Amino acid sequence: MAAVATTTVTTVRRTRRRPPLGRAVAWAVMAAIVLVTLLPFYWILRTALSTNTGLAAQPADLLPVDFTTGGFERALGLQSTEEAIAQGGSGAGLAFWRYLLNSVLVSTLITACQIFFSAMAAYAFSRLRWRGRDKVFGLFLAGLMVPTIFTLLPNFVLIKELGLVDTLLGIALPTMFMTPFAVFFLRQFFMNIPREVEEAALLDGAGKVRVFFRVLLPMASTPVLTLAVLTYITSWNDYFWPLMVSYSDSSRVLSVALAVFRAQTPQTGTDWSGLMAATLIAALPMLVLFGLFARRIVGSIGFTGIK
Amino acid sequence: MSIASSSPPTSRGDGRLAAVFLAPALLGFLVFLLWPTLRGVYLSFTRFNLLTPAEWVGLDNYVRMVNDPIFWDSLQVTVAYVVINIGVQTVAALAIAVLLQRLTQSAVLRGIVLTPYLMSNVVAGIVWLWILDTQLGVGNEIVTALGADRIPFLADETWSIPTIALINVWRHVGYTALLLFAGLQAIPQHLYEAAKVDGAGEWRMFWRITLPLLRPVLAVVLIMTVIGSFQVFDTVAVTTMGGPANATNVLQYYIYGSAFGRFQFGYASAMSVALLIVLTAITVLQYRLTRAGRTDLG
Repeated sequence: MAAVATTTVTTVRRTRRRPPLGRAVAWAVMAAIVLVTLLPFYWILRTALSTNTGLAAQPADLLPVDFTTGGFERALGLQSTEEAIAQGGSGAGLAFWRYLLNSVLVSTLITACQIFFSAMAAYAFSRLRWRGRDKVFGLFLAGLMVPTIFTLLPNFVLIKELGLVDTLLGIALPTMFMTPFAVFFLRQFFMNIPREVEEAALLDGAGKVRVFFRVLLPMASTPVLTLAVLTYITSWNDYFWPLMVSYSDSSRVLSVALAVFRAQTPQTGTDWSGLMAATLIAALPMLVLFGLFARRIVGSIGFTGIK
Repeated sequence: MSIASSSPPTSRGDGRLAAVFLAPALLGFLVFLLWPTLRGVYLSFTRFNLLTPAEWVGLDNYVRMVNDPIFWDSLQVTVAYVVINIGVQTVAALAIAVLLQRLTQSAVLRGIVLTPYLMSNVVAGIVWLWILDTQLGVGNEIVTALGADRIPFLADETWSIPTIALINVWRHVGYTALLLFAGLQAIPQHLYEAAKVDGAGEWRMFWRITLPLLRPVLAVVLIMTVIGSFQVFDTVAVTTMGGPANATNVLQYYIYGSAFGRFQFGYASAMSVALLIVLTAITVLQYRLTRAGRTDLG
């Protein structure tokens, strides 16, 4: 009851002290931020549903110009070459479904393995007792200091030596086993689970392996999910590393394909309608993935892993 | 797995079990992180084109680097990018985080702010390339509607770096704001209430309470974002390809060109080492300057 009373008092104070004008301005700024954040998404859709000739004629029209699904058809490779060229496309084939499948395979492989192996390591670093534990963990922590970009060139040389250039495994391999961040993030979380929970299970006769799978992992489901979704998004969006490793359609992922699509400028100028359609299709899976888990993730992005 | 028997956890070590649990991650660490790091340093002292074995050339690559005007130019372009990118992004992220904290606790709003981060740099680059197109972009329609001349945002030597920096602000500012927002949550609410009782306004509370108490979190975020910012590549690769006239030839783009365009892996590695040294120095310096490890709370 006391708490309720205090809140009322402060609310009264707040309304008196803070003029509504200040609050209105703050909300206006927030609205502007939301607008700048979201408008480009609308613009992608509006452009994708317009014809290229229409776009040139009405560059500022808020609605799609000459509504068409031609852009999406070109991006998905559903149009014949002549048709595509007539509508301002390059006519070059785009094995879209292949790239989509590649992206799904690579991101799934990286996410599943990386999170699982990192969680195992995090368990060993937080709950098991063994000699040299802190030294090995210190080494992992030092790994956090090496920018990813530094390891790309030597890793490419290594992947080439392993004969895995232009394969999906070659793209996945370097981040499949762990990232120092994932290990660190999960270890931090395991450390915060009260030991009693685990000891109770151990006294009940469960082995440590069982405790890890049946007690600790389920308890860590929210951070594990957050980490998994973020890892999935990161590997889906990665461009630099797949660009180095993949050369042909067999291992090309969406982000690289999109950049290739952008570079294939037809003689008449960029096929903006098709390009925006392709962009939307490439980005949509991540929007959906995020939409599904947003409620649980948004709250847990923070310094659990860093501080 | 005999170790998984029912003994109390405190009675003995778990060496063998730990080895099993650690094996995959340790393998990945050694093969794809430690080894490449050492090898990257080694390659910087060699001449290497991928086809023939690396040949030791001592400091040749570094001597070449110091005398390479394109390298220095590239470093300068990168620093200009980082300054604009981090400057704008940090201020904007801080503003968004504080607005989120003081106005509303809405998770939906936080979700919206995060959406650009779900796009790849490639997608963000292409979308803004279209919006800012000199002839057809709606951005330039707005510019002309305001009475100015069309701006060649990504086709002009002066405009291109600020434009790329701001495109990346658009993509990353929401995520940065959420990290800061999480830091703000740790500031005890009663401090604001006490300040209000004393008659302090929002502006004063921001400078006297929010900023000082957020400092350790802000420092870590700053270190992380600066390191990330120095590695800019994707946006340049899709929008300007280093041009016009090397105006956006950021270090990572130059390194990539040296390795995969001209097959000078040794020289590319030397420049990578230089970037690594710069980043380490900046991290140490920032950590010292901002006293990132210490908090003012408590």
